[in-house]
Amino acid sequence: MFKILKYSFFDLTRSSWSYIYFLFYLLLGIVLLFLNNDLSNAVITLMNVIIILVPLIGTIFGVMYFYNSREFTELLLAQPVKRTSIFLGQYLGVAVSLSLSLVLGLGIPFIAYGLFQSPAIWDFTMLLITGVFLTLIFSALAFNIALSSENKIKGFGYAILMWLLLAVVYDGVFLLSLVYFQEYPLDKFSLIATMLNPIDLSRILILLKLDISALLGYTGAVFKQFFGTSFGSVISLSVLVLWTILPLLNIARIVKKKDF
Amino acid sequence: MVSIQNLHKKFGKHTVLDGLELNIDDHGIIAVLGPNGSGKTTLIKSILGMVVPEKGSIHINGKPLKNNWEYRKEIDYLPQIANFPGNLTVIELLKMIKDLRGEAKREQELINFFGVNKFIDKKLTNLSGGMKQKVNLVLTFMFDSPLVILDEPTTGLDPVSILKLKELLHKEKASGKTILVTSHIMEFVESVSDRIVFLWEGKIYFNGSVEELKEKTNQRDFEHAIATLLTGEHV
Repeated sequence: MFKILKYSFFDLTRSSWSYIYFLFYLLLGIVLLFLNNDLSNAVITLMNVIIILVPLIGTIFGVMYFYNSREFTELLLAQPVKRTSIFLGQYLGVAVSLSLSLVLGLGIPFIAYGLFQSPAIWDFTMLLITGVFLTLIFSALAFNIALSSENKIKGFGYAILMWLLLAVVYDGVFLLSLVYFQEYPLDKFSLIATMLNPIDLSRILILLKLDISALLGYTGAVFKQFFGTSFGSVISLSVLVLWTILPLLNIARIVKKKDF
Repeated sequence: MVSIQNLHKKFGKHTVLDGLELNIDDHGIIAVLGPNGSGKTTLIKSILGMVVPEKGSIHINGKPLKNNWEYRKEIDYLPQIANFPGNLTVIELLKMIKDLRGEAKREQELINFFGVNKFIDKKLTNLSGGMKQKVNLVLTFMFDSPLVILDEPTTGLDPVSILKLKELLHKEKASGKTILVTSHIMEFVESVSDRIVFLWEGKIYFNGSVEELKEKTNQRDFEHAIATLLTGEHV
């Protein structure tokens, strides 16, 4: 698996998209920090960017890489390599290179600004951790979609749709149902609804860390009240881990049965 | 060496393999023939574990294929269409596959044999179909495995290269390998194969030597014998 990971990773480091993604974060970090002059503010702004953009890029890259490396995959399938290692290796290649772009792209300007002398270092670390989790989760979901549909265009369509649902529509529907059912006790419902969406979960995780009640919103407040800050963080982190593992298990399951 | 029992495979509603039975114990070159869509590639891919059959079993050297991948160390496979990751150069591709499979003793010999050294530093996207096929051949034969599977090996090759390929196949046969080959070029099949396995509607329709085939169909010419089999006139 590590050999495949190595090749996928080097394959991606040659692609200009990895650099564009890296440069984007670098620029974003520099602009936010040096124009804003406030670490905590920069972290909050970045959070808003990351929870929308990271899933999108993870999804698109995952699907794109899977379809583009079909030939490579077919070549590998005839070699004495385990099927699951081929696909998990490719997945990790994508996920690791995207995570590196994110961590380095944001890390460099923050370190240059003097992150290590600032109390915001843990907030920033939490931001990166959730960013990496979102990358892992959404590239795994993208691989699931790409594996299940032979048709490239359909695969892309489904992947974008999934992102749209989780990043945009979900919140709207969630909010509507909260308003609609406001006479009923909604704590449990909103707790579960939050856990079912990794984007919401990440937002709450970062906000719990930042400890800004004004931004927590209803679900965040429920989360905090229900679990408390530190236990809430542990819970949401473990659910994020689950969100990473389950799609990966499903990849392994699909791959074992699939014809090539 | 290879033993296949009651193999069934459907793609959607379309039945491709329908209770296929085949035993290959002998060394030499075995041609798998059949009309388009008769299941040749599906059969080959089942042996390689790329296609998962619904029913039936395949054993290679006495070991079942199911949930096993290590047996592929003993197989060299030449895919039908040589699609390689385009942004690699030929030498990088060779290196990568060696890294996955281990040392290739015959690499240099084969590179010289097929004249691949002329474009070894070029990227694979910039190669013509025939050049890619030569790379494909080097990649297939360089590991020297006892079982070789070739899916349309002549695709894109010029006449000189086809002659070279025949020469190589005869050498490989002499060294005691079992070679499974599919091809649409009957002249090529006739000149290299020891045994013909003819697939039709997902089953083995004929299994025997070129001579036996000619006898059975009452044809003196190999190409006509195959055509007779295809139209079913001899039945």
